[in-house]
Amino acid sequence: MSIFVPFEYEFFRNGFIAAVVIGALCGFIGVYVVLRRMSYIGHGLSHAIFGGAVLSYVWNVNFFIGGGLWALLSGVLIHWISHRRWVGADAAIGVVTTSSFALGVAIISTHRTFTRNIEAALFGNILGITQRDVWIVVLVSLLVAAALFLIRRPLLFATFDPEVASAYGVSTGKIDLFFIMLLAATVLASTQILGVTLVAAAMVIPPVIARYMTQRFQTLLIVSPLIGAFCGAAGMFLSFSLDISSAATIVLTSAALFGLLELTLIARRKKAAMGDH
Amino acid sequence: MANPHDHRPGDPHSLHPSDAEERLWHKAAGVPLVDLAQISSHYGATVALENVSLKIWPGQFMALVGPNGGGKTTLLRTILGMVPASSGKVLLRGRPLTRSALDRIGYVPQLETIDWNFPITVEEVISMGFFVKNRWFGGIGEKEKRKLDNVMERLNLGGLGKRHIRELSGGQQQAVFIGRALLGDPELILLDEPASGLDIRSRDDVIHFLHEINHQGVAVVLTAHDLNWVAAHLPWAVCINHRLIAEGRPNEIFNAEVLREAYSGELVVFHQDGMVMIGERPHAPHI
Repeated sequence: MSIFVPFEYEFFRNGFIAAVVIGALCGFIGVYVVLRRMSYIGHGLSHAIFGGAVLSYVWNVNFFIGGGLWALLSGVLIHWISHRRWVGADAAIGVVTTSSFALGVAIISTHRTFTRNIEAALFGNILGITQRDVWIVVLVSLLVAAALFLIRRPLLFATFDPEVASAYGVSTGKIDLFFIMLLAATVLASTQILGVTLVAAAMVIPPVIARYMTQRFQTLLIVSPLIGAFCGAAGMFLSFSLDISSAATIVLTSAALFGLLELTLIARRKKAAMGDH
Repeated sequence: MANPHDHRPGDPHSLHPSDAEERLWHKAAGVPLVDLAQISSHYGATVALENVSLKIWPGQFMALVGPNGGGKTTLLRTILGMVPASSGKVLLRGRPLTRSALDRIGYVPQLETIDWNFPITVEEVISMGFFVKNRWFGGIGEKEKRKLDNVMERLNLGGLGKRHIRELSGGQQQAVFIGRALLGDPELILLDEPASGLDIRSRDDVIHFLHEINHQGVAVVLTAHDLNWVAAHLPWAVCINHRLIAEGRPNEIFNAEVLREAYSGELVVFHQDGMVMIGERPHAPHI
């Protein structure tokens, strides 16, 4: 089968563009997520958005507006609670996100009519992406990437050395809050494609793979989005060929890449050890 | 307590008499860089600093010594505005603490607080120092690149810019963070335990860098645990244990009485060839 065959279908073209763009965006913001040890926040925010998604369906509000507001509110709440001295960030995420997820589940149990839509929110529905959705995804991605570029200097300083950053005049609290809001926007844009259960993987695996390849922060910011975009593209082709869920295939592609890299490194280390003897 | 204004030129106890004199006489006139007036601060119910008054003069080279938890780091953080004083006044160049006034103060944290697995190169860390002057939009142009290269050469880091920070020796790692502080053109650098965890060679490198920086007119204030290192290399020491116990030349203030008060224990102090040396007294007699 020619690799161009799937592009004859509009649903594939839309899904392909969305998967590549979201893969790159998640790979980009994921660098900061991993280095700030916030992987759990990405995972938690996606679950929190589930509550917003369900409410949007119930109140007949556009998913991006309802879910977006809900995501921002969750991000602010997490930031606010985690800055109480006696509550750790992990506990704050646990409280906010599980409560929000539980709210979504509770509402579903009383409205059984939208099971299909909820399945899409949980596991993604990349093949149901319309051209309008693609535009929204591209727009959100451009805005988030531009905002990250704008705050790149204080964000790097606050990520690497938060104590000294604040001594040098970086408002670390405001930077943290702004970053969580950008993360919430990313999770929101990714949810329709990857589903709330798989978004975190797209933000964590590409930067982890990229970490094996470079020790330079600036290079990491280039390599990680490229890996994310590659996994999005490859995952879409594999999904089409093997007829497996697209979101799962994208994540499994990046996981396979990670496994392959790890095995190569183990083999290389063994070879080097044998050479020493 | 010795007063810097009472310093006598030609003192044979000074290891660097001419430099020390020059620096000490510089401050005889003018306004101190930092003036802490009766500062007290607390962490909850725990007292960190109690009525501490201290002046830091332009070009001064000073060590803060005292026991763990005695308030050394809190004092540095108070100067930086990171810990608010519950009472007393902090003046920078005679004026109340403001964000812009802090731009002329460089800060070097303890190396233990650094994540050495962070994917970042020597050049990338030092470049963070440009943030002080060029907060948001500034890139690194030709002028900045020249300044970066110049600082790296001064700290013997030339050619190491693309290396990961973990690949350097302890002394070089400390130099990286000193370099970051220098990029902001500070008139004062505060260092939190710069000699901690370093071997003798690396500690020697670090003190060499700091002397050079100080000779160029930058005041240096550092915290340290090793009293012998301080006595051997620094012209001025301040001993604190929540309150200021003594201030002066190390060979004047490092005596059994001051050290007993600071460390609540008996230390042996002896003088040799104009140097003061401090040793621990064993708890039990040797068999």
